[in-house]
Amino acid sequence: MSTSDQPAPPRLAVPELLIGVGLLACAGAVAWQTLAIPVSPLYSKVGPTVFPYITMTGMVILSLLLIIAALRGGWQPEDEKATPTDWKAMGIVALGLIANLVLIQPLGFTAASVIMFVLICHGFGSRRPVRDVLLGLILALAAYFGFARALGVNIGAGFIENQLNAIVDSLVTMLRG
Amino acid sequence: METLGHLAHGFSVAFSPINLIWCLVGTTLGTAIGVLPGLGPALTIALLLPITYQVAPEASFILFAGIYYGAMYGGSTTSILLNTPGESATIVTALEGNRMARSGRGGAALATSAIGSFVAGTLGTIGVAFLAPIVVKFALAFGPAEYFSLMVLAFITVSAVLGSSSVRGLTSLFAGFVVGMIGVDLQTGQPRFTFGMSELLDGVDVIVVAVGLFAVGETLYMASRRYAGKDDIVPLKGSLYMTAAEWSRSWRPWLRGSLIGFPIGAMPAGGAEIPTFLSYAIEKKLSRHKDEFGTVGAIEGVAGPEAANNASAAGVLVPMLTLGLPTSATAAIMLSAFQSYGINPGPLLLTTQADLVWGLIASLFIANVILVVLNLPLIGLWVRLLKIPAPQLYAGILVFATVGTYGISQSPIDLVILYLLGAAGFLMRRFDFPTAPVIIGMILGPLAETQFRRAMTISNGDWTVFYKHPLSLTLLTLAFIGLVGPHIWAYIEHRRMRGPEHVPGDA
Repeated sequence: MSTSDQPAPPRLAVPELLIGVGLLACAGAVAWQTLAIPVSPLYSKVGPTVFPYITMTGMVILSLLLIIAALRGGWQPEDEKATPTDWKAMGIVALGLIANLVLIQPLGFTAASVIMFVLICHGFGSRRPVRDVLLGLILALAAYFGFARALGVNIGAGFIENQLNAIVDSLVTMLRG
Repeated sequence: METLGHLAHGFSVAFSPINLIWCLVGTTLGTAIGVLPGLGPALTIALLLPITYQVAPEASFILFAGIYYGAMYGGSTTSILLNTPGESATIVTALEGNRMARSGRGGAALATSAIGSFVAGTLGTIGVAFLAPIVVKFALAFGPAEYFSLMVLAFITVSAVLGSSSVRGLTSLFAGFVVGMIGVDLQTGQPRFTFGMSELLDGVDVIVVAVGLFAVGETLYMASRRYAGKDDIVPLKGSLYMTAAEWSRSWRPWLRGSLIGFPIGAMPAGGAEIPTFLSYAIEKKLSRHKDEFGTVGAIEGVAGPEAANNASAAGVLVPMLTLGLPTSATAAIMLSAFQSYGINPGPLLLTTQADLVWGLIASLFIANVILVVLNLPLIGLWVRLLKIPAPQLYAGILVFATVGTYGISQSPIDLVILYLLGAAGFLMRRFDFPTAPVIIGMILGPLAETQFRRAMTISNGDWTVFYKHPLSLTLLTLAFIGLVGPHIWAYIEHRRMRGPEHVPGDA
């Protein structure tokens, strides 16, 4: 926005432009997938493609409006622009997420979670890995038992979970006498 | 006075020992997640959705409602002591509340916000109990065309009218539509938007979307902003007992806030932002202590908005229960819990599920009482929660987020979708796109499509049905005004203020 009487020439905002173009690409993907929906002539009146087409049209219009806004200088709040992005921290957090994705099947939920926990803590600036490992282990086990045993959600069990499940089951049978 | 009889029955449901325990668990959990930055009621209820396979509907809705109300109470504690409002509804509380805490009156600020929340929550819940049957009588006249138009109106208000930009709000909404359409079309059995992947035939679970946007996206955003260790907690000073002067300055704002918050929440527009800002503006105008606003902190500026926030949270339940129309992310996720039980919220809910609805409303009264006790005498406990360091807090949130997501079908594909949505959530947070319309679009979009097709089938494919029915036409007109009105208004204002030469490109 201009402050003086003479408006400053609007600058092209590249990140915002990329978002607008990305949304346009998404609208293209929606169009491609809508064309792939087989339509039975029985339902030709309001078939399964009517809403997808409405959605696609909406997305195209919105992405064009976003692109226009980007050409006029974008819409980012000033304080967002002023803060530099901490790519290193974000990268480590993303690495933690990917490690979890890769390891959750071979190692089981608990071990994969502990690795993710430690990496995210590191990304956020924690420099006490041993304490983080212990905390991560406690939290992961709490989450595992909370969900798997209380909510009945079946979570892939690895070595640690199987050992603990065996212990818990034997404790339960012992207590029941 | 039929309502009183229903309420009495509701209390008999809510006062069963097991439901009281659910209420206690919900309110405690809700306060905790309200206090903790980065965790909100929508995310928490989404993670707990699997409980719907385990317990009776009454129990899970009492739990969810406890979390919903509790998060409102807890959120104000964080904004007063930490000045980082966890959600948009508590931004205003932070304005005066944090100033009060800094000038040594944190205790009074917490007290007026907790008691104000209690007053407003109770008044709001009374409002739900008495308004819901009236709305039901009205809603019984609705056909599919009217429902569709009502949903269009709700789409416009939640995405375009509230929030900073209608284009960005609508973009979020349409993204939600796309996610909601993924999977098998229920009316024709055709797969849509599955990209040929069998994993997508069942659609994308709302858990994955909520967790991706709210937990993963938020964590990535915080990491990118060098969040670690920046907050300073204002130590809690001052007595929690309000002085006589503070009481007399608080009670009118509580009542005014409730009166502003409830009707706005109950309209098919929702959103706690407008009522809280409105209440703040009114209290500032009416206050006899204007000098305290923005300097040492005025108690009216905490009492009013806090009451407005809680009353509008109660109001949101009216369209949710009577029309099946969620107007906030949390309400949308609660709606998907109804679907998980095979219950369709709508005008018939109050009669077909009387135990559930009236038990839920009665439990809200109990929740309010529990919450005042939890949030005033036990405030020290929650202040301690604020001291959890950011690295461990966010890492812990993601551990729970992964369990909730991976537990749905033990497929790494769900985690891939989760991370993609997390990346989208990060971009949305970074570039100021609202996230709630995604959830609302995803849940309400397919329902709107169903009503649309139903209306078109009844009318034999005649589009005019949407504007030939007077009620439907009124709703669509309101939606159109909501979409276009603010822009025309802004344009006129702009011309008057600055002359015609420059129009800022604000999307």
